Amino acid sequence: MATEPLAPVRLNRAILTKRLVAKLDREAVVAGIGNTNWDLFGAGHRPENFYMLGSMGLACPIALGVALAQPERGVIALEGDGSILMSLGCLATIGKIAPRNLTIIVWDNGLYQITGKQPTATAGSTDIVAVAKAAGIPNAQWVRTEAHFDQLLSRRFADDGPLFLAAKIDDKPGPVQTPRDPALIRNRFMKGLGVGNAGALD
Amino acid sequence: MTATSDRDPQPWQDQLFDALKGAGIRQVGYVPDAGHSRLIARCKADPDIRDVVLTTEEEGIAMAAGAWLGGQRSALLMQSSGVGNCVNMLSLIRACRFPMLMLVTMRGEWEEFNPWQEPMGSIVDPVLKLCDTHVAKVETPDAVVPAVQNALQLAFGDDRAAAVLLSQKLIGRKVWVK
Repeated sequence: MATEPLAPVRLNRAILTKRLVAKLDREAVVAGIGNTNWDLFGAGHRPENFYMLGSMGLACPIALGVALAQPERGVIALEGDGSILMSLGCLATIGKIAPRNLTIIVWDNGLYQITGKQPTATAGSTDIVAVAKAAGIPNAQWVRTEAHFDQLLSRRFADDGPLFLAAKIDDKPGPVQTPRDPALIRNRFMKGLGVGNAGALD
Repeated sequence: MTATSDRDPQPWQDQLFDALKGAGIRQVGYVPDAGHSRLIARCKADPDIRDVVLTTEEEGIAMAAGAWLGGQRSALLMQSSGVGNCVNMLSLIRACRFPMLMLVTMRGEWEEFNPWQEPMGSIVDPVLKLCDTHVAKVETPDAVVPAVQNALQLAFGDDRAAAVLLSQKLIGRKVWVK
């Protein structure tokens, strides 16, 4: 039984997301369903953002596909604790492939927040950082403070990965919602990455 | 002529690889099945193709979407039982209009010995069609490449899901590796 709390401070997802976005240049970000992508949108839209409106749990494997296709670009997957719990297997897949340009960030409020704040397994029994390490991602750690988050992100996203970060966050919902147009989201992201013919009719 | 065992290498398996290679497939995700073992080995041996062994077929749907978002073509290999695992995640393909090529080795039909394979195997075709996926079932070696070429064109030309079902009759009798 753990005698110390997993992380000492409850941080805020919107604040951390803004701090992340402030560090980014041309990195691609794949954000999971609900508050995770709402707060990414709320931090200011970037052409390299992919917002998920469904397919709970798939942000990491989508980001893996992008990372393999674009090995010189840093790729960041943002997920909630409920979402990552749904697809823990993807951590083993990513641990095996070990893409050096992939960063995974999990916002862990221990809640299925938008369905009525039912507790998740990470609220008590499951340590998601330990899960990531055991799945084969040794560079996995808890974010302790906002300054620690900044420090952890002071790196080249296109190298030294995969990196797995998780932050214990509060239960504040995202203040804005992403436009619900999946094909538009896809096209704008591909245009942002300069692939396909997404900008051909501009 | 069809295989007598799913362990016997067949010419159509190399032709299938050549079709994928010729179409510029760069990422191949798979949950292994013996019927795909030759194709998986060819993908692993090719420096231009990234093979990714998955923990579940759902991951493969996501990886295919990500590959396309990053500018690469991909294929997902699975057994028929994996189709059931993909159902909800095919929403990603339909909602965002992603290309999605699936190659499915069938169970629960010709010379099947395991009754637990029959329930899913018997509904693969209608389930995929309900998920807005084009389905072609192949039972003879000479039909493999045309069906795969058609599926490649539908997936990457029309931004949609297309599946080729490789029947148990084509693959041959299931033999467990000891």
